[in-house]
Formats: sequence, C-alpha cells, structure tokens
Amino acid sequence: MRWNGAGALALMAGLAVSLGFAQPATAQGSGSATLDAAKTRAQILCGISGQVPGFSLPDSQGVMRGLDADTCRAIAAAAVGDATKVKFVPTTTQNRFTALQSGEVDLLSRTTTWTLGREGNLGLLFAWVNYYDGTGFLVKKSSGVDSAKKMDGATICVQPGTSTELAIADFYRVNKMKFTPILIQDLPELQGAFLSGRCDAYSTDASALATFRFSQGPKAADLVLLPEIISKEPLGVMVRKGDDKWFDIVRWTFIALITAEEKGVTAANVDSMLTSTDPDIRRLLGVDGDLGKALGLDNKWAYNVIKQVGNFGEMWDRNITPMGVPRSINNLWTKGGLQYAPPMR
Amino acid sequence: MSVTSSDPRIAGARAAPKRGIRFSWSDPLFRAIIWQIVIVGIVVGIGWYLVHNTMQNLAARRIATGFDFLDRVAGIPIGESMIAYDSSVHTYGRALVIGVLNTLQVSVVGIILATIIGTLVGIGRLSSNWLLARLTAFYVEVIRDIPLLLQLLFWYTMLQGLPPPRQAWSIGDTAFLSNRGIKLPLLEWQTAYGFALLGLAAGIAATIWWSRRASRVQEQTGVRPSVWPVAIGGMVVLPLAIWALFGAPLVLDIPALRGFNFQGGGTISPEFSALLIGLVTYTAGFIAEIVRSGIQAVPNGQWEAARALGLRHGVILRQIILPQALRVIIPPMTSQYLNLTKNSSLAVAIGFQDIVSIANTTLNQTGQAIEVIAIIMAVYLTISLSISLFMNWYNARIALVER
Repeated sequence: MRWNGAGALALMAGLAVSLGFAQPATAQGSGSATLDAAKTRAQILCGISGQVPGFSLPDSQGVMRGLDADTCRAIAAAAVGDATKVKFVPTTTQNRFTALQSGEVDLLSRTTTWTLGREGNLGLLFAWVNYYDGTGFLVKKSSGVDSAKKMDGATICVQPGTSTELAIADFYRVNKMKFTPILIQDLPELQGAFLSGRCDAYSTDASALATFRFSQGPKAADLVLLPEIISKEPLGVMVRKGDDKWFDIVRWTFIALITAEEKGVTAANVDSMLTSTDPDIRRLLGVDGDLGKALGLDNKWAYNVIKQVGNFGEMWDRNITPMGVPRSINNLWTKGGLQYAPPMR
Repeated sequence: MSVTSSDPRIAGARAAPKRGIRFSWSDPLFRAIIWQIVIVGIVVGIGWYLVHNTMQNLAARRIATGFDFLDRVAGIPIGESMIAYDSSVHTYGRALVIGVLNTLQVSVVGIILATIIGTLVGIGRLSSNWLLARLTAFYVEVIRDIPLLLQLLFWYTMLQGLPPPRQAWSIGDTAFLSNRGIKLPLLEWQTAYGFALLGLAAGIAATIWWSRRASRVQEQTGVRPSVWPVAIGGMVVLPLAIWALFGAPLVLDIPALRGFNFQGGGTISPEFSALLIGLVTYTAGFIAEIVRSGIQAVPNGQWEAARALGLRHGVILRQIILPQALRVIIPPMTSQYLNLTKNSSLAVAIGFQDIVSIANTTLNQTGQAIEVIAIIMAVYLTISLSISLFMNWYNARIALVER
C-alpha cells in the first residue's frame, strides 16, 4: 500500500466528521456495545500495521501473518467463536488512534507502545502487553559503529508519530549528542532511505529491526543491530475507553493465552485437557465454573481461543522464532520472563 | 440578481415591494424571505449539531480537547528548520511555526523557479527551431501526464543514488554533493557587511531616483540619459569600496567531513531538493501551456504590425506580445501557484517536514485530531487567500495599465 499525504488527510478529516455524527454508546444487550456490534456483523475489526514481518504482514496467499494478527484472531475466537472472523484494517502510525477512537476498528493490535500520555489524552486503554520491546538502532556493518554512544552527528531514519522519535530525542539529549532525523511516514520508503545510505542508522523497536534485518535474506550480514536498547517499549493491545466489558474480554483473552502456556494446554491437546483433573485447567476451558459468562461470553470462549489459535507460546513460535529473535524477557515469569497471568477464577 | 433584464416576469417581481409585504404565501417576496430563513436555519442547525455532538462525544470518550497542547514541550525531532529549534525546550506551537516556514520556503522558491522555467518552456514551444519546439513539447506532455507523487519519489530515489559523504563529489573542496545533500560554504558575518549593505541600499535608491529623472528628461527632450553607469556605480562599486575600506574581510565557514557527516557550512537537504525539483518541473509544465496559450491568444496582426515597423523578434515579444498576453495568463497562473503550494503537502512522502508533516506528528503525539486538522486548514486557507489576493491585485493593475 502506497501511503499518500492527501489521502491520509482526507481520511482524518472524514474521521473527524464521523466522530461528529457518532452517537454516544448505549448500554444494552451484553453490556458491551463493541461486542454486540461484533456479534451482529459476525466479525471483529482489528487495526494492524500490515507492514511488519513477524507482527503483521500478508503471506504469499494474502493471509495476514504475525503475532499481532494472531492476537486479533484470538480475540475473534473469544468474542464471536471463530478465529477466522477478523477483518484486518491496515493503519499507519499516524491514523491508528483516530481509527480506534472513531470506531473504525474494535481494537488496535499494532506494535503500539503503552504510555501514560496515550491512556490519559487519547481516550484509549491498553489491555495487555503482547511484546516487551525497546528502541534499538540498526546500522550498516561498513560504518564500523559498534555502540549507540558513538553516533554523535549521525543521520537517523525514523517513522514520525512514534514513541521511537521521542525516545531518540531523549537519548541524544541525555548523552549530549546531536543527530539529524529523517522522518518518512511510509515504512518501505523509510527503509529504502536507510538502505540507500541516506541515513546512518534506522531506528525503531528492536523487534522490528530484527525482523527487518532477517527479511533482507543474504544481505542481513551487512547490517548490525547495536547492543543498546535505549527505551522501554511495551507493545500492547488497545481498546476505546467507555466500554469496560469489551476491555475485560480483550484483556482476559490474552491472560487465557498465557495461562494456557503456563498449564501446558496447546491447540493439539486441548480436547484431551477437557478431562483434566487440574481445577485451573477445568475453569480455563469452561468445564467448571462460569468464567465465560462473567465476561458476557460463552463458557467455552477460552477453549475456542486455544483450539483455534494455540497458546501464547505457540503464537510466538509460529511468528517470532522464525525471525531469529530470542524469547528472553517475553518468556513466562517461571522461565525468567515478564509474562505473568493473574489467576483465572 | 440582474435588474437590467427586460424580462417582464422579473419586472413584475421588482414592482412588488412597492405594495409592501403581504403575509400571504402568494406574495413572492414573503415566500422568498421565508425560504431564506428556512435555509439559514438548516445551515446553522447542522453546524450547531455537528459542534455540539462532537464536543459531547469527545467528552464521553474522555478525549482531551482545546489548544493547550501548543504550549507543551514538543519533544519531536525536526530535521530542517529556519529558526532555532531544540526538541527538549521548544513547544508544539514553535514546531508548527517551523512547519509553516518550511512550507512557505518551498512554495515561494518553487513559484519563482516554476514561473521562470514555465515561461521559457512556453516560449520555446512556439519557437521556429524544430528541435527546441519538439523538446519542449515532449517535456510538457511527459511531465503533465505523470502523477506528482511518483515524480517526487523518483527524484528522491535519484538523489539517494548520489555517493555517500566519504566519496562526495566536491568543487575545490569547499562545496560537496552527496546523498546527504548539497553542502555549501557559508559567509561568516562581519561588521563590514552591514555597512556594505547600507551602501547597496543607498545605491538602489540612487538608481531609482536617476531612472525616474531619466524618464522625465526623455519626455521633455526625447533623449534618455543612460542609467547603467549610475546603477553599476551605486549597486556594485560603492558596496565593494566600503567592504575594501574595512580591509576586505572574508571568512568562509567551509564544510568538512567529520565523523558521520559534513560539519559546518550550509546544507540543502535531499528532501528539500527532491520536493523543489519535483514541484518546479511539474508546475512548470502547466505554466508553459498557459504562457503558450496566452501568447497565441494575441492576434497575429500584432506580430505583423510590429514586424512592419522593423522591430526585432525579441523586442516584439517583450514589448508588445507579452504585455498583452499577460492579461490572459495571469488568472490561470493564480491557480497554478495555489496548486504548487497545496501540492507541497506531498512532502510527507519523502520526509521533508512541511506543515502537514509536523502537524501530523503533533496530531499523533497529542491525539488532538480535530484541533490539528483545523490548524492545517487555517494555514493553507491563509496562504492560498494571500496568493489569490495578490494575484487579483496584480491582474487588476495589468488590466488598468494596458486598457
């Protein structure tokens, strides 16, 4: 998709107008306007990037692949019972929040960093973190640079409107260095500017740098990921404020994915797990208790998610492992990582 | 509404007010007033509904509103700026001002260059030189038929194909051309330059005074005293003499390769260059056609009459044809200038930070879509109306002088 300035402006102006006409959310049915609408159209609308390998990028058959895409599928399996009932809506870094605010998408699963400003000012909520990331730098091996601290005076390619551009500005200020930003909205165009040598470094979330480097194939060896990670970038799944029921569904679907990994429930063994005697597994899969009903869903919601998408570990192995990125802090807390599921009871 | 029409129906309508308004549906004046009230009411009602509902929904979604964010520290990096900018100190308001200045910079330079190139190409299309006429026609047809965005991306990619800084092409090791842009030596400011500039201003004033005097003398005697000696003396010799009196100081800030990039000197970035080249070549194609059609709109008899007087081709074009053609050229030229200014918003695609680019980033970091979009619209409206007003004034002036 080629991004064009006039088009985006028109889109945003359109969104502003549609916001003007939108009616306040009404409390009926399940108590969640977003869930009711999703059930009516038998589909959830999921805002993704569509350009980041490992997170969301169409494969050769046009099927959206990646951790963010699978996160959307998990929510669809929980909300409407079918992981294929997702409409992927590509959003840019600049129109993503407007798309969510105006109701064009039901949730945003788009390598978006959880910050106070975004929750405080934008009327949006982060439901869970699906990737603990940080800003890194990718440079060419030929430049001979081996540390971000040696990049005084460098020209850096970065996408505008991201938390990355703020993180780099902070990093350079703290280290009393200067840099020249090259800000290009369109990701392929930005990456082209880096590869052609317009910029000394390409900076974004380290995960995206690693997958971009991987996607260069044999030329990957010419690119070096600098060791410094200069910021915390917890990438999360976002929903609108004002629909707490929907927020619960998105958050607990994600917790169910992690719980399933903790308990060793996978897409392959979920059916046999139905007869498990472990009370946690029985509650998770809806054999005992009414956890699904509490969310306004079917008690089989988590079963559907695991059966159709797998647990969080399976999502990771399917999408991120092939890119050569280690699990490290994204592992379960029991394995030295940060993913820790609150009790489902 | 025309009152000069002889249409009897309209004559009847004009007679009606003399009877005063009858509060009856059969009175056309009464009906007209009612319709006006209804239409104004609908427009105001829709406007009120939109504003009210937007405010209500923004509040319901807990989205911050207002223009307070303009005073907040921006924190967003900006690549090129005509005024000092430090992302850790300056505000969003200042960042947006930089965006406006960048837009104005590329628009003003672009309009001047596009006018010059467009006029030359337009005249070239009418040339009797077969090669020149065909080349310019080819240029116009190709440039006008390719979308501007593609042309911008093409130029940007071309400029990225230049050698890296370490292998930059240089002119005497003072100016460099690389994929980081054009690096030029900058003059370091000296007090002597201030006095030299004062001398230049005096020289310009003297030249204008002498030129007016020359016109008066020409009217009285028919012989025009030559102006050029005064012009050269006042505008070249005088400033140079003042500069020499101060010991002819000349310190150049020459760019030098240090670390990653050139330090010192002035820079014309590839982003600005690509945008400028793209806008100028594209708009010049349209301006060329306007100039050509303007010239061809002048009756052939004007050419023939001038030739019969024995005037040379260049003189005919400059003194007789172009002044008349201007009347046809100016109005469509205005819309080309407006187009160029508005097209400069495509800068986002190639990373030049114009008002749209910086406003988009601001929108994203603050989330205040409606306010930021309103600012962008207000900026373009102001620039466009200014251009329109100036061109209308110029158009009126041309028409008055010539007719």
